[in-house]
Amino acid sequence: MTDLSQTPAAAAPRKHGGSLLEKSSRTRKRNAAETRFKAYGIAAITAGLIMLLVLVTTIVGKGTGAFQQTFVTLNVELLEAKLDKKGNRNIEDIKKVTTFGYAPIIKGAMETAIEELGIETGLKPKELAGILSKDVAAQLRDYVIANPDQIGQTVEFRFLASGRVDGYLKGRVTRDSIENDKNISAEQLDLVDALAAAGVLEKTFNLDFITGADASDARPEAAGIGVSMLGSLFMMLVVLALALPIGVAASIYLEEFAPQNWLTDLIEVNISNLAAVPSIVFGILGLAVFINYMHLPTSAPLVGGLVLTLMTLPTIIISTRASLKSVPPSIRDAALGVGASKMQAVFHHVLPLAAPGILTGTIIGLAQALGETAPLLLIGMVGFIASNAPETLSDGLLAPNSAMPAQIYEWAKRADPAFYERAWGGIIILLLFLVTMNTLAVILRRRFERRW
Amino acid sequence: MPTFWLVALLLALSAAGFYGGRRRAIATAAGNVKDLHSLPSYYGYHVSLAAFVPAIGALAIWLLAQPMFIETRVSGMIPAEAVPESSTIGLVMSDVRRVAEGLDLAVEQGLLTAREARNVADSGQDVRALMGEVGVALGDDVRPEVLNAAQAYRNLSNTGRTAMTVVVALLALGGFGWAYSRTHKDFRARNVVERAVLALLVLAASLAILTTIGIVLSMLFETKNFFGLHSWTDFFFGSTWAPNFRGGSELSILPLLWGTLYISFIALLVAVPVGLFAAIYLSEYASGAVRAFAKPLLEILAGIPTIVYGLFALLTVGPALANLFGKGGLLGVEWMAGATSVLTAGLVMGIMLIPFVSSLSDDIINAVPQAMRDGSLGLGATKSETVRQVVMPAALPGIVGAVLLAASRAIGETMIVVMGAGAIAKFSANPLESMTTITTRIVSQLTGDTDFASPETLVAFALGLTLFVLTLGLNVLALYIVRKYREQYE
Repeated sequence: MTDLSQTPAAAAPRKHGGSLLEKSSRTRKRNAAETRFKAYGIAAITAGLIMLLVLVTTIVGKGTGAFQQTFVTLNVELLEAKLDKKGNRNIEDIKKVTTFGYAPIIKGAMETAIEELGIETGLKPKELAGILSKDVAAQLRDYVIANPDQIGQTVEFRFLASGRVDGYLKGRVTRDSIENDKNISAEQLDLVDALAAAGVLEKTFNLDFITGADASDARPEAAGIGVSMLGSLFMMLVVLALALPIGVAASIYLEEFAPQNWLTDLIEVNISNLAAVPSIVFGILGLAVFINYMHLPTSAPLVGGLVLTLMTLPTIIISTRASLKSVPPSIRDAALGVGASKMQAVFHHVLPLAAPGILTGTIIGLAQALGETAPLLLIGMVGFIASNAPETLSDGLLAPNSAMPAQIYEWAKRADPAFYERAWGGIIILLLFLVTMNTLAVILRRRFERRW
Repeated sequence: MPTFWLVALLLALSAAGFYGGRRRAIATAAGNVKDLHSLPSYYGYHVSLAAFVPAIGALAIWLLAQPMFIETRVSGMIPAEAVPESSTIGLVMSDVRRVAEGLDLAVEQGLLTAREARNVADSGQDVRALMGEVGVALGDDVRPEVLNAAQAYRNLSNTGRTAMTVVVALLALGGFGWAYSRTHKDFRARNVVERAVLALLVLAASLAILTTIGIVLSMLFETKNFFGLHSWTDFFFGSTWAPNFRGGSELSILPLLWGTLYISFIALLVAVPVGLFAAIYLSEYASGAVRAFAKPLLEILAGIPTIVYGLFALLTVGPALANLFGKGGLLGVEWMAGATSVLTAGLVMGIMLIPFVSSLSDDIINAVPQAMRDGSLGLGATKSETVRQVVMPAALPGIVGAVLLAASRAIGETMIVVMGAGAIAKFSANPLESMTTITTRIVSQLTGDTDFASPETLVAFALGLTLFVLTLGLNVLALYIVRKYREQYE
């Protein structure tokens, strides 16, 4: 105590000299190091957030184009002489006209439209039709087969423009970039400009991208993600139907009943290791066991669902165990105290109280499974055109289909840059699903989570 | 699909069992529920489980075992001299399976009647052309031994399927009848049901072990086949990766391992400093508001599917790097030939791993006791000195564990490298060249038409096994380090 009361003057001279008010060079250095260190931290977080921002802006910037598509509105005269030579409207005869037979009609419709609009162009009829998608003839044929009574009439159609024309309107294709392009010429682009000015050719919202099927390499403008979305849906159904009950059962055993022995230890070690096994290894397992050994059909959503189930199980088990653990023991004790068996205490009291947590974990597990791609490559869900939407449940599970991430990968591999836009668009849809699922999980947690 | 109907039948039977058992129990107690040993629904569950569980178990085991059984029986029928020198018994068996499948398809499509399919060998028809018609492509003409084996294969499969249906149906009905006859008011239904449910829970928990065994066995088995066809010294110690489907491939893992490790190294070079400093700032400096804002945003990066990062690497980062370092690029150097490179994949993978490193390190830094910080600050150290000299050394084992976990993630990552790294296997130190990785090669060897008798396909299993062992080793090591560290403070 006496030391403290002594006056400062009596203290020994400060080692580094100077007063307390004036910082020594060493203090300044230390303070500068402190500021630098803090700045590194801020820089690291900023870097992380900037990367997120770049990623999101890239996705949105490049993907929104896929939701718009260029259409050409044309009046088509469905010539009887070409489509139904016998004139008896026999549907079998009409079906005999292939898509090649429709080409002259489309050319004619383009010529008429250009004449009516008074556009001067030196293009041949074939080149005129070249600004339309290759899908148009099939579209026209489907219409005629569905409405044979319309033959001979003039009907207004909204046709897809070709991928190049669409790219030109979206700024992806420029006059410089098409110099060596066989698919489109500068004169055709002049015509596109004129048609756009006349309002015949316009860019509108494209529902077909969301609901439609994939298309072949030559028709990027017709490709959609709808069918592979169904493939993903069926896979998620399988995952939900298997992973949730099995995961919950496993967690209940490990959390409530398992004795402390080597078997329990083995199971626990296995689960934590499986959670960290690379996803491609699950793909190899799926290929070897489900396809090669059990002869389940390749590319089937059922197989994809089984593989993703095995992959998601550890996630679901870990989160389910956490939510079982958070139910206080007093609940169990109370149930046992009024005469319930242990099984009844768990199933009647603990499980319902843990249900919101289990549900949250399951949704997060499903979201993870929905975005997984690598195992799907090995079980054959890429490399073909998923063009037929499944009609029945067993079709949906067993018929070859793609899945959203696999479809995106498929598009990214194709040569035409028009598919890249589709891939980014597909990612927007995929991320929308993931955001929705995660938001749902957060809401569930906020709403129902109980703090004991 | 008969199996589907069989399962539906079992479900219906077990539903009927529930009501039947419940009603019978109540009837034996003359409608007085209080006389029953257990609650009425337990008698229902009892019959329902007895009808369903053994039958579905038998069905599952049968479906798993039948292919193996048929395989051994049929391959035993093929004499050793019928296997051409250039091929193996495995190749012949895959032909047998295809022919059998093709014949079934032909019957299904109405090209043949069932009888014609059985006697196709005598009719002198060109079986290969017939297979072509139903869409089953065969490499060469069908030899009589193969055709015989295929017929045996079909016979066995058909018999097996019929036997399966009979056995499963008998088990279900038997279980139903047995449990129904046992149902009586004094029967201890709850105890029996609870024991059965416990057994099911154990079964569900053991699935994790089964999956691991499945992974290891499926890869081990095919890897063994691979080493039967290809020398293991070339695989582990060779220097060239040059698969050639006409034979004479050089399949060495070393160039792939080099590419994998190089890309992972670059990814960690990005992720570890950024993730670590972010974690330090968030746990030591940031105010509650900043933390609540920045932490979830950073974690979004971890929730984005890898296909998105792959596309980002392929279409954004790769071309951007090529613009910088490529021909006619901004720097005026010609260091980069295409968009795919080690750097492209590494950078993007690094971004993906940032939240992984940061949230793990954050947990570990937060686990360091506050008393240690207080002590250091009380002695006059600045905050950064405290972090560097007290908190970090204490958290170091945990952080090493986190980095190892991140490394294991990087090694096993597939989509980013498939889309961003390229396909050329070589040893090179230039990060702007495209290289390939283990996961990329697994994908390329196993997609498309795969022939499970060629070393070029089977090598993927050897690669997968190596990958599995590698990541498992890293994980076990990391978890060991993290656990050991945690014990010190708890």
